[in-house]
Amino acid sequence: MEQTIENTNSWDGNAKPFNISYGKLMMWFFLMTDALTFSGFLASYGFSRFKYVDVWPKAENVFTHFPFLHGDHPLLFVALMTFILIMSSVTMVLAVNYGHKMQKEKVILWLSLTIVGGIIFLGSQAWEWSHFIHGLDGVPATLVSNPYGHTLFADYFFFITGFHGFHVFSGIVILSIILINVIKGTYEKRGHYEMVEKVGLYWHFVDLVWVFVFTFFYLV
Amino acid sequence: MTDTTTNSNWWIWKVFWILLAITTFEVLLGIFKPSFLAGTQFLGTSLLNHIFIIMTLVKAGYIVMQFMHLGHETKSFRWTVLLPVLVLIPYLLWLVLVEGAYSHLMM
Repeated sequence: MEQTIENTNSWDGNAKPFNISYGKLMMWFFLMTDALTFSGFLASYGFSRFKYVDVWPKAENVFTHFPFLHGDHPLLFVALMTFILIMSSVTMVLAVNYGHKMQKEKVILWLSLTIVGGIIFLGSQAWEWSHFIHGLDGVPATLVSNPYGHTLFADYFFFITGFHGFHVFSGIVILSIILINVIKGTYEKRGHYEMVEKVGLYWHFVDLVWVFVFTFFYLV
Repeated sequence: MTDTTTNSNWWIWKVFWILLAITTFEVLLGIFKPSFLAGTQFLGTSLLNHIFIIMTLVKAGYIVMQFMHLGHETKSFRWTVLLPVLVLIPYLLWLVLVEGAYSHLMM
């Protein structure tokens, strides 16, 4: 697969212009377009919030529950979800790092823990959704009704966290496929663990998006 | 500063503690909302929101530069990725938020 590169000038052909492999380059370009998609979502959220500023619910009054705790605990559960996702980003970097060193057993360990983190995050999101949908005083929150305030708030909540959650789900599927390949020794035979790096880029991006969702949906 | 070819993982945990500290600080500010920050308006929003946005961008910088390793790629590639995003997103936000505020005035 790897070509020997004779050219000293990267733009003379037969070379990697950015000194980065084709696969990683394309993953980066995909992630850029995905970043713009999420920006579009959050920007349109901003538009509606600015337009209906008088009746826009504050997230801290909507998401106040925490498992096994009574009373109001704004931000606490979403802070836990953020922590879980950051933690799974750390286990991902560790997997990539041990991939560089060709230590198969450690790649398997940290990749598995990354998948576990992703599953816990998705479970937490399901819990958050079910509490939101349950609504207030018997009025459920749906795409066409929202007891907490303007209906659009519910729509944006479902679309933005749903789109992000779908990214997490896709990430778990891709990570699992890569993990199976690692266990089978595919990358050991290939001589490098670049596939782990590529799925790592995607997984960090999902964490990156959550950092922005956390700020613009829950904090600001 | 950081090098993945060395045998240590200390830089990964350093970034982790930085991200965790910033997030904890954000959550504490969000829960207690110091009145001098939440009440002071600057450039259209409260100082508190400015702090949230700045800290979010710092966290994003650490994730992209360290975890996604962009800080260690060639300079040309770094700008190829960052420039379109840094130009297009603020431009979009500026257009859309100005129109949102205007729509509110026209209601």
